[in-house]
Order: sequence, then structure tokens, then C-alpha cells
Amino acid sequence: MTILARLTEKSWEPGAQPVERERPSAGTVGTLAYFGVATVMFTLLVAAYLMRMGLHGGGDHVHDWKPMPDPPLLWINTLVLIASSLAWEGARRTHRGGAAIMGAALGMVFLAGQLLLWRHYQAAGYYLSANPANAFFYLLTALHGLHLMGGLVAAGRALAAANMRNIALCALYWHFLLIVWLVLAVLLLST
Amino acid sequence: MATTLADDLRPLHHPHSWVTKYVWSQDHKVIAIQYSCTAIGIGLVALVLSALMRLQLGFPGAFPAIQPDNYLQFVSMHGMIMVVYLLTALLLGGFGNYLIPLMIGARDMVFPFVNMLSYWFYLLSVIVLVAGFFVPGGPTGAGWTLYPPQAISEGTPGHQWGIVTMLVSLAIFVAAFTMGGLNYVTTVLQARTRGMTLMRMPLSVWGIFTASVMGLLAFPALFVAAIMMLFDHLAGTSFFMPTMQSMGAITPTQGGSPLLFQHLFWFFGHPEVYIVALPAFGIVSDLISVHARRNIFGYRMMVWAIVIIGALSFLVWAHHMYVSGMNPYFGFFFATSTLIIAIPTAIKVYNWLLTLWRGDIHLRVPMLFAIAFIFTFIHGGLSGLFLGNVSVDVPLSDTFFVVAHFHMVMGVSPILVIFGAIYHWYPKIFGRMWNDSLGKMHFWITFIGVYAIFLPMHYLGILGVPRRYYALGQADFIPPSVHLANEWISIAALIVFCAQGLFFYNMIWSLFRGPKADPNPWGAASLEWQTPDTPPAHGNWGPHLPTVYRWAYDYSVPGAPRDFIPQTEPREPEPRA
Ligand code: HEM
Ligand SMILES: [Cu+2]
Repeated sequence: MTILARLTEKSWEPGAQPVERERPSAGTVGTLAYFGVATVMFTLLVAAYLMRMGLHGGGDHVHDWKPMPDPPLLWINTLVLIASSLAWEGARRTHRGGAAIMGAALGMVFLAGQLLLWRHYQAAGYYLSANPANAFFYLLTALHGLHLMGGLVAAGRALAAANMRNIALCALYWHFLLIVWLVLAVLLLST
Repeated sequence: MATTLADDLRPLHHPHSWVTKYVWSQDHKVIAIQYSCTAIGIGLVALVLSALMRLQLGFPGAFPAIQPDNYLQFVSMHGMIMVVYLLTALLLGGFGNYLIPLMIGARDMVFPFVNMLSYWFYLLSVIVLVAGFFVPGGPTGAGWTLYPPQAISEGTPGHQWGIVTMLVSLAIFVAAFTMGGLNYVTTVLQARTRGMTLMRMPLSVWGIFTASVMGLLAFPALFVAAIMMLFDHLAGTSFFMPTMQSMGAITPTQGGSPLLFQHLFWFFGHPEVYIVALPAFGIVSDLISVHARRNIFGYRMMVWAIVIIGALSFLVWAHHMYVSGMNPYFGFFFATSTLIIAIPTAIKVYNWLLTLWRGDIHLRVPMLFAIAFIFTFIHGGLSGLFLGNVSVDVPLSDTFFVVAHFHMVMGVSPILVIFGAIYHWYPKIFGRMWNDSLGKMHFWITFIGVYAIFLPMHYLGILGVPRRYYALGQADFIPPSVHLANEWISIAALIVFCAQGLFFYNMIWSLFRGPKADPNPWGAASLEWQTPDTPPAHGNWGPHLPTVYRWAYDYSVPGAPRDFIPQTEPREPEPRA
């Protein structure tokens, strides 16, 4: 039954008793719903980024937005996250815990890489409060990183319980975070 | 993960000790009560703050303990607590938790552990919020809208620490709400019992479900805004903070956009109005239908109206920003979208009235509150039509007309529904009946009282009395009648304040002394009244989940033996062709 048919049901009439249908697991629905939440959050941040970027500084009408340089580490981290997502996809398809552990480990490498990136920027003088571009960079990477850490906790629990359904959900979550990261990386690199 | 769909009871988490049963409980009914008690507790704080404000406004200068700074702090904390920590938490965390599984025939929420976490995060957010009263400088006085730059600038009360506790508390609240909201949405989608199609769900569930979806999509804006403002305040970034001169010196921040905050805040703030209103709409529909012994008029239309209102309310946020200097074309767009929402809303009002029309109306306490809601909601909605128009709004902005409007529409109206709902479901929740006369007394004082408080405020607003003012002082546009009106408003507010004692006395008295309740005292058709135990036991349904054969509104069906047919009653094979 399509959603439209379900919403136009004439429930006051003595219709036939509905047949039970297979429902996706609660975990899947909950995870997808959470993607909605996170999508709104990151979309709003991107909107705020673009809005703030287009603004003029102070009364002197000079752009106060100074873009950050793009170090090679940014590319390397992106590749690591892609590899991590691929490993998770392998785990999802082959039901092997080893691939999942690989995916989680690569996720940690990505986080370490992001930390290095922060250190790198700090050393080069790109402090949080020095410029709105820096502030957005730290804010976005921090929120993305926190989401990945949450994913690592969930992955640890799924692995400990050898729960294949939850491992598949972790893979899904990783892909989602990869897409978010790609959008953010494009944003950071192109502005 | 526990599955709560099957008739198999084993996967359900079974509490063994008193602590796991009542403290770290994963039972949706216990969590609902925890949520409700916490929300009502913090709501009482907000109520006391409103009484203090009214004392100051009615009798300026008579209470030297209330200084201008305190007044602003009271306004801000009162507003934020009422909207977020009381109404949102009580309607979704409280009623959502209690009603969803029982009304759709589930044993519990689908993620009981996350549900428990949600409550404890909420409690933490309340504790951090209350901590604001004790930090140096006191809580924030920036208004519940917390607009930067003033919220974190010299001269605003609580700009040092109070604002930090407020923002941190909000961020925790959003986390708590997200955990709860994911549960409510997934449970409605996943755990409905056999035969419970989407369109057989009671409107209460539809309202709570839609509001939860909206909350999931709107609260991230508040979260983002809170985090960014924390950065501005604690780390010296300038997301929102423009270049400013303070005491002749240029502040270190530069170029930030206060308007950006306003957009984020109201992207959350307007849907928030409907996050509070939609559950109230749903609940009031059920109260009216049960106590008028009639099926709700236009059920399908009611469901669609709920969904359409929910969707549209994401497109109107900037009607709170008409005076922010935005492009006039935006104003035109947002005024139009705002007025369009009036259409599905009016449909709902007509349908409530048509349900009552020729109904067999039983004026019991829950019904009195439901009908009172229709009054206050129509009044608040009508003044909203004025404020939705840019040219009318501009002179009325930041006056008491606005205060009167939003108290009618989103303060008093949902509160009346909450009272009605508590009177209605208490017999199921605790298995005891209330004292009817006390309930009626509480109703009449509250209903007439809120009109005495908020109707005159429209008049003050039209005269131009500004909101968030500690005292009016001497001004030519303020005639003496304003002071008189303020005095009487305050007296009415104090009477309403005291009358709530009747409610709490009644609640506690009935808990111990109330007559034992029948499992279905109102003769209601929906599932929650058909549980094998009253109050429902852990797992709700005994060994077998119920099967649903009909919608929740079979009242006064011609030829039926009783004037209602429970949802669990199988359909007879058609007697005649
Ligand atoms: C008897 C009950 C109540 C009384 C007497 C009352 C009174 C007041 C007063 C005197 C103000 C400040 C007006 C000003 O100086 O600007 C105020 C503000 C406010 N109230 Fe209430 N109130 C009550 C209930 C509620 C409820 C149930 C809500 C829930 C939505 C609510 C939400 C607010 C909000 C959002 C503000 C604005 C705060 C701000 O300006 O930042 N109030 N109320
Ligand atoms: Cu609005």
C-alpha cells in the first residue's frame, strides 16, 4: 500500500482487516530518523557558513572572512574516511567482523588525522577566534568528529555482541558521515 | 535490542528491584511520570516567577527586593521554562511516553534504554538550568529569545555565567529531546499492534507523532545557535557578535551577524509553537469526542490538517522578525505563509465545534477544560491574524499586545489541555478518581482568571505599553487607566496562582483517598482504556497483544448495545444486505 492510500483510508467504514506486512527493523527506522536530525543540523550550519561568509566586517566594509589554506592532510583524511566506509560496506556484505574492525580502526585513524590537522592549523596561527572561517572550520570538524565517536561506541557494542544487524546499521551510519564529510570538505576547499 | 512487537514477553526488560522499577526504570509509564513530575516541578518555578513579575507590574516599587535586573531575569527564565522545560517536556516526554504505547497497543517504546537516558538527560538539563539562579550574577536576563549581542554583552543581567548555564542546559535538553523523539517516532511507525493502521490511531497519537517529527527537525537549529553563541562568549569567536563599542573601546569581536542568530532561533522557535500546539490539538480532539459521545467530525481532515500545519510551520519563522530590517519582500512572503496556516487551523476549530454540535455533552471536568481551550485558542488565533500582517505588527511589536497574544495561544491554551488531559487520564494512570467539585472549582477560577489576566493586556498593548519593562514611569501616552488595569491583572494573576493549590491538593488527595476508578470510567473506545489491569502493569497487555478492528471513535453507533464500541471489538459479519 502506498503512503497515500494509507492516509486516505476511510477508517470509519467497516473495511477489510488489514494484512500484516513486514516492517523494517526498529533500529533501521531509528537510524534513518536520526539521519534526518543530523542532516538538518549540518545543513543549518552550512547555511550559516554561507550567510556569515557573505557579510561585511564592521563599519569599514572590508571582508573579514579570510579563507584557510588547504593542506594535503585534508585530502589524506578524506581518503582514509572513504577507505573506512568501504571496509564497513565489506563487513555489511560479507558479514565478517574483521572487516568491521578494520572500518572502525580506519575511523579512528581519521579522527587522529583530524586532530593532526587541528594541530597543524594551530601551529600556523589559524586560531579559533582569529577569523570566522577558522571558527566554522573547528566547529564543523568537531561536530562531525563527535558523530564519528558516537559511531565508534555503537560499533564497539555491535562487535562485542556480534550483532550483524547492528553492524549493517553501523555501515549505513558510516556512509552517512562520509557524505556529510564530503559536503563539508567541498565547502572548506572551495571557499 | 528488545523487540516489543511479538507476543513473546521474554525480550522485555523486567525490573527486579525497587530501584530498577522506579528510578532507573525503562518502563514508558514510569518514565512518563518522571518526566511529568519534573516538568511540573520546574513549571511551578516559572509560575512563581510570573507571580513575582505581576507583583512588580501591578504595584511598582512596593517590593524593593525586585530590582530591574531581577525583573529581566524573571521574564527570561519564566518564558524559557514555560515553553521548553514545562510544555515541551510535559506534552511529549510526559503524555507522549504514557499514551503512545498504550494507544497503539505496544508493550513499550522500541528503545527503552534510550528512553530512560532521555529522561535523565532532561533532568540534568533542568538541574543546569536551575544552577543559573545560583551562579554569580544570577540567571540570564536577555529575554527568552536570548538575542545576541546583548545576551553576552556588558549591561545585561547574567551575561557572564547565567547565559552559559542557559545555553548548556538547552544543548543538553536538545540531546534529551532527540533521544525521546526518535523513540516516539519509531514506536509509532514500528510497534503498532495488529489491525492498528495509521488512520485508526487516535488523534492524540497523531498530534504527538507529528510534533515529535517537527521537534527532531527544529531543535537542531536551537542546538546550533546555542553552541555558536557559547563559542562567541567563551572562545571569543564572532559568529553573531558584530563590531561594537563599549565604554568608548572597540570590543575584540567583529563582523558577526546578530541576524544569523535570529534566523536560527526562529527556525526553531516558530515550529516550537506547534510542537506544543499539535499534541494539545490531538488530545483535545479525543477529550471532546469521548465526553460528547460522538465520533470526531472529519477525522481524516483532522489528520491531514495536523500534518499540513506541521509542514507549513517551517516556512513562517521570519514573521517574528518583521522589525529586524529585513527585505520587505521577505516580509510579504512570510506574512502570506503565516496567513495560509490559518486555513488548516480554522478547519480544526470548525471540526471541534461540529463534533460538539448535537453531541451528548457531559460537562465533566476534562470536557470543561477542552471547551475552554476552544475559547482561548480562538481568541489567541484571532489576535495572531493581526500580528501576522506586517503593517499591523510593526507598531504592535514588543508591546503587551504580543504578550497577550502568545499567552492566549501557546501559554494558556496548551495548559488548559494539559489540565483536561490530567483529569481525563489520571484514573487510568493511578487507578483513582478525583474529587469532582474541587476540579470544577479549579476549572472556573482558572478559566475566568486567565481571561481577567490576559484580555486587558490586549488593551495595554494597543495603547503602546512595551513588554519586558520593569516599570512604566511617567510617560504621556500612558493614561492612569493603565496602572489601574495592571493592578487588577496582578490581583487576578495572584488568585489564579493560588487556585492551582486546589489542583495539587486534589491530585495528592485522590492518590491516597480517591475512590477506586473503574477501568474505563468515561466509556472511551480507544485502546488505553482496554488494558487488563488498571493502572496498566509492566508490559501493558498481559500475555497477548490486543487486536484492533476499528477506529477509536465509535461512539453512539446506532444499534450498538452500548454507546461506545472499543477498538478491540471484532466487527460483526454484516447482518443485512
Ligand atoms: C498565570 C500564568 C502566567 C502569567 C501570570 C504570566 C505572566 C507573564 C508576564 C508578566 C510576562 C512578562 C511580560 C513582560 O514584561 O514582557 C510573561 C512573559 C512570558 N510568558 Fe508568561 N505568564 C503565565 C503563563 C505562561 C505560560 C503558560 C507560558 C507558556 C508558553 C508563558 C510564556 C511566556 C513567555 C514566552 C514570555 C516572554 C518572555 C520574554 O519576553 O522573554 N507564560 N508572562
Ligand atoms: Cu511564529
